[in-house]
Amino acid sequence: MDLVAANIVQESNSDFPIRQAQLPVLENRPVNSEYRQLTVAADAAMTACVPGQFFHLRCPVRDGVAPFFRRPMSIYGFDRQKGTLSFLYKLAGTGTRALAGLSSGDFLDVVGPLGQGFSAAPGCRHALIVARGVGLATLAPLAEALVRQSIRVTAICSARTPDVLMSVDLFRAWGVEVITVTDDAGTSSVESLEALIAGLVEIDGVDRFYTCGSTRLLRLLQRLGERFAIGGEVALEQQMACGFGACQSCVRPFYRNGAAVNLRVCHEGPVFDLQEVL
Amino acid sequence: MGLLQTRIGDVVLENPVMPASGTFGVEMTEVFDLDRLGALVLKTVTPDKRRGNPVPRVCELPGGMMNSIGIPSKGASYLIEETLPLLERFSAPVVVSVSASSAEDFAAFAHRLDGCGIAAIEVNISCPNIEDDGRAFALSETATADVIGRMRRATSLPLWAKLSPAASDIAAIARAAEGAGADAIVSTNTLLGMAVDPLTGRFRLGNVMGGLSGPLLKPVALRATYQCVRAVTIPVIGCGGIASVDDILEYLMVGARAVQVGTASFLEPAIMPRLVDELADTLRARGLETVEQLIGTVKAADETIELAELV
Repeated sequence: MDLVAANIVQESNSDFPIRQAQLPVLENRPVNSEYRQLTVAADAAMTACVPGQFFHLRCPVRDGVAPFFRRPMSIYGFDRQKGTLSFLYKLAGTGTRALAGLSSGDFLDVVGPLGQGFSAAPGCRHALIVARGVGLATLAPLAEALVRQSIRVTAICSARTPDVLMSVDLFRAWGVEVITVTDDAGTSSVESLEALIAGLVEIDGVDRFYTCGSTRLLRLLQRLGERFAIGGEVALEQQMACGFGACQSCVRPFYRNGAAVNLRVCHEGPVFDLQEVL
Repeated sequence: MGLLQTRIGDVVLENPVMPASGTFGVEMTEVFDLDRLGALVLKTVTPDKRRGNPVPRVCELPGGMMNSIGIPSKGASYLIEETLPLLERFSAPVVVSVSASSAEDFAAFAHRLDGCGIAAIEVNISCPNIEDDGRAFALSETATADVIGRMRRATSLPLWAKLSPAASDIAAIARAAEGAGADAIVSTNTLLGMAVDPLTGRFRLGNVMGGLSGPLLKPVALRATYQCVRAVTIPVIGCGGIASVDDILEYLMVGARAVQVGTASFLEPAIMPRLVDELADTLRARGLETVEQLIGTVKAADETIELAELV
C-alpha cells in the first residue's frame, strides 16, 4: 500500500464514501496500564481509508447511559487483506470507558472514513515522526506506509514513563528507527528534543516532519521546519459534533492562501500542513 | 399527490422531511443523494461575513446537546456565487436561511435573493447565539412583524418565519408573522440554555450560553408547534428533537405539514433518507394514501373521566 494508491482506491469506492456500519468487534485488549487496542472486522469500503483519516464511533451504553455524541478516533491500523480496522485509545472520559466495555462478538457502530489523511510526500527520503501519547496511534499507519514506499523513517516516541511508551516494537518490526524519550529520564523536554532533531536533520538527512498529539511538539517542529526549510504535516484533534463538515464545531485558526482562516478539523483536516497551524 | 408529497404554500415537497438549518451542508453529498430530501435548508447566512463564537462550540448532555456556534458566515455574495451553484444539480427545493442585525438588513438581503432560483427564504429571527444575551427578534411580536413585513415588501419569495421556543406566547408571535405576510412558520429553533463543568468550575461553552437541541427538546418544540398550528392558517413546519419516524408522526398529528431533522444527523448522517423510507412504510402499513391524511389528526388523551370540581 502507498498513500497515493490508497487515495485512488478511496475515490473509486462509491458516490457516497462516508458510510455508517455496525462492525463486529474482534478484539479489545489492554496495551499497557492506560491504553487499549480495539480491532473490528471491516469491509472494503471501510478499509478504503488512508493514514490520518478518522472514524466517528458511537460509544455503547454503559451503566444505563451512553454519551450523546460520537467520538472521533484516528485509524491505528487497517488491513485490506484481512478486513480489519483498529483503534488505539486512552481510558480518559465517559466515551472511552464505554468503549472499553466492548468485547469480541459485540458490534461497534462507526461512521467513516472521515477527513483528509496524510498526503503523499514526493521526493521524501528520510521522514521523522515525533509523537507523544495517543498521537503515536495516528502516526503508526503513516510510518508503515512510508516504510513500504522505501522511505527511511525515524520515530521519536515520547511518554511520561517507559511503561506507557507504545508502538515501539511495532515500529521496529516495520524497520522504523525508534528513539524513545521519557519525562522520567529527563529526555523529553523541548530543549533536549530540539538538539536531537537538529542532529537528525544535519547528520542523518531528515527531510520531512510528522507529528500529532502535542502542541509543544507542533511548535517545536514548526520552528525547526522554518530553520531548516523542511516541510511536514500535523494531525490535529478537536471536539466534534457531526464529524463530516456540517456543524462548524471543530474549527481552529490556520494561515492559508495568505490569510488567517477558520477551518474545520473534521473536514479540511484532521491533517494539515505543519506551518499552516496558528 | 404522491404518498409522501406535501405543500408549504406554493412550494411542493416530494416528502415532508428536510434538514434543520445549521446541521446540513453541501458536504452531505458524500453521505447520501440529497434529492431524497423534501427540501435543502442551508445553514444561516448573514449579509456580511461573520466570525462565529469561540470554542468549545458544543457540549453534550444526557439526551441532547447545546451549541454556541453563532452563525459563522461567508456572506451573501459567497452564498449566491459559490454555494447556490453547487446545489443546481439537485431537484429538491433549496431554502436559504437568513439572519441580519436589523429589520432593514433582513429586507435588503431578501431583495438580493429574489431571482436567485431558490424556493423560499427561512427567516432566522430566533437564533439564541447571535443576539445580545440571547435576545432574538422572535421573542417580540412587534420586532417579528417589523422584520417579516419589511421582507414581504422586498421580495416575492415565500418567507418561512423560524420561531423561538423561548417566546412566552409563541401563538402571538406566529400570528404577528402571519399578519406581516409570512408564508409558513418553522417551530422551533433551539432553546437558550447553559452548562457548567462542576469539576473545573468552567462554563462548558465558549460563548457561555447556547441553544439546546436533540431529543430532550422535543416536548417543548412539539408543544410550540401545536400552539402555532392552532394560532395561524399558514402551514407550520415542526422542528425539535426528531430522531425517529414516531417523532415525525407526533409532529404531523399535531398539525405540522413537514418536519426538520437536525441534531439526529450528527449521530446518524444518513438518518433523513432512512426516516423518509420508514414514513412511507408506516403510512402504507396504516392503509393511508397520503401523508395529508395524518396531519392534524391528534385526539384527546385516553382518560376521559370527568372529575368532580372540588375534592
